[in-house]
Amino acid sequence: MLKNKFTIFDVICYVFLGLLSLTILLPFIHLLTLSFSPSYVATTPGLHLIPNPADITFDNYAKVFTSKFIWIGYKNTLIRTVFGTAIQLLFTAFGAYVLSKKFFPHRTFWTFIIVFTMFFGGGLIPTYILVKQLDLINRYAALILPNLISAFNLVIMRNFFSSLPEDYEESCMIDGAGRFTIFFKIIVPLSTPIIATVGLWLVVGHWNAWFDVLLYIQNDIKFTLQIVLRRIILSGTQQLIDMTTAGTFYEETNSSVEGLKAASIYVATIPILCSYPFVQRFFVKGIMIGSLKG
Amino acid sequence: MQPEINTFAVERIITPKGNRKGINFKGFFHSFTGYKKHIALTIMFLPVAVYFIIFRYIPMYGLTMAFKDYKFSLGILGSPWNGFENFERIFAFQTFYRALRNTVVISLLKLVAGFPMPIILAIVLNEVRHLKFKKVVQTVSYLPYFLSWVVLAGVFIQLFSPSTGVVNYVLGMFGIEPIYFLGDNAWFRTTMVVTHIWKDIGWGSIIYLAAITGLDLSMYEAAICDGANRFQRIWHITLPCILPTITVLLILNIGHLLDAGFDQIFNLYNSAVYETSDIIDTYVYRIGLNDMRYSIATAVGLFKNVIGFFLVVSTNYISRKISDSGVW
Repeated sequence: MLKNKFTIFDVICYVFLGLLSLTILLPFIHLLTLSFSPSYVATTPGLHLIPNPADITFDNYAKVFTSKFIWIGYKNTLIRTVFGTAIQLLFTAFGAYVLSKKFFPHRTFWTFIIVFTMFFGGGLIPTYILVKQLDLINRYAALILPNLISAFNLVIMRNFFSSLPEDYEESCMIDGAGRFTIFFKIIVPLSTPIIATVGLWLVVGHWNAWFDVLLYIQNDIKFTLQIVLRRIILSGTQQLIDMTTAGTFYEETNSSVEGLKAASIYVATIPILCSYPFVQRFFVKGIMIGSLKG
Repeated sequence: MQPEINTFAVERIITPKGNRKGINFKGFFHSFTGYKKHIALTIMFLPVAVYFIIFRYIPMYGLTMAFKDYKFSLGILGSPWNGFENFERIFAFQTFYRALRNTVVISLLKLVAGFPMPIILAIVLNEVRHLKFKKVVQTVSYLPYFLSWVVLAGVFIQLFSPSTGVVNYVLGMFGIEPIYFLGDNAWFRTTMVVTHIWKDIGWGSIIYLAAITGLDLSMYEAAICDGANRFQRIWHITLPCILPTITVLLILNIGHLLDAGFDQIFNLYNSAVYETSDIIDTYVYRIGLNDMRYSIATAVGLFKNVIGFFLVVSTNYISRKISDSGVW
């Protein structure tokens, strides 16, 4: 029985949403255009949205792609994302599975000490000193181990495992299957939603992680994409030259500092931008599972 | 004697003389046999326990550095204790109070200006009937959440540039002088708050939208029969019904008052704006890792962690009481 009249209120709503979307999209379109712009366009102030076809140049991207640092960054980010997420998922799931079993000894105690870490921790300096003393500086392990298991993720997974029916497992145990077999052959396939959700959170976390690299990695051969990007964005012209190519900067008139920075941002972000539309449904579902039930 | 078996050592022991409280050693040690009985689970759990002990609890022990005069060569155990001297020193630093002040001010600004925004967005989204438009807006609005502050810093440094940035260009058309959004103490905090809202508004609206779509439509129909217009329906039905959700999230937000957005500020600040932007976390980073004053930095960190602990625990407790649900 709702009236279908299109009122002034609706106009305000649509305008508000439209403006919001524009404020989010426009900066990215502007940056995209900038990345394809030659220097005489890139250095003129103003909003660049649609490039003049005569003014498109691929020089910025050429410079970025020929930079060895971008490829190093990609390689390291991929290594850390793939291995890190896999290992983290495995151990988080182990912990969640065990703690979902009511007969596990001292279950309350273990749950408490894990949840406690959500509220209190050593902080930056003690953790840094620990990693240093464990001789993990400059190692991939330093990017994976310190945050191996997030208590929050573990609790979410545990709640999910608790909701699975126990009859399956019991009948399999009677048939002689071991715990690990049950875990991998039954629990995991049943848990794909939660594994996908937590896994995606971890993947995005790894892809975007920069602070731990800043802290623990000094060897530039192990820099991840975000750190390379950070250096490019926050640096002056000289470092930009070092980062992007070897000294041919002034011979080209087409690339510029702004153009290079914009191109670098896109090169680093393209995977996320491309996969994002398909993947965002999982995240939205995940946050519902996490907060409404967990 | 029939002890009630549970996993704790102190139990009621029922004897001919009636219930007595006693320490049931046997039950306590007995509980450990469970590990052998469920050996596979124990093996599964072992790395998890080891991880938490090494990477979470040993650093907690490392907090004792706050009470020591830490020398790298001596290590944490070997460094001499110096009581509260570190704390006396930091409480005398102007820079410490500056960091504390900035943390609280920036957090409060983000709370006051930023907290209502996702709610407004959720309400407006709910009022829109064109499904496709709604989906597109939602997808677009979630995008900034997935990008790191490194990327976003790149975007904003470009946009806010006093020479080539769009914002100043537009301002220039109105005859306004270029503003150093990221370099001027008068503008930095505002820029932080606005960019923070920009990043979080879409993602933050998800929970509220979920709550709103769960509401009973018959309430709205009854209100229409009574002659309520759109605005009145929102004000008198939607808002009161999602008030529990709002309250929970508000309280949880307050629990994180001392986290004023390290990622964002670290990537966007510079020494020219330390006066208004240096927060506790960036302060700890600089004096700890750049200046290598480990004990002092740990002391500041401990201060923040302890206060943060009480804030988070108490706000969680309160929010649980209000809505029967908290973070756990």
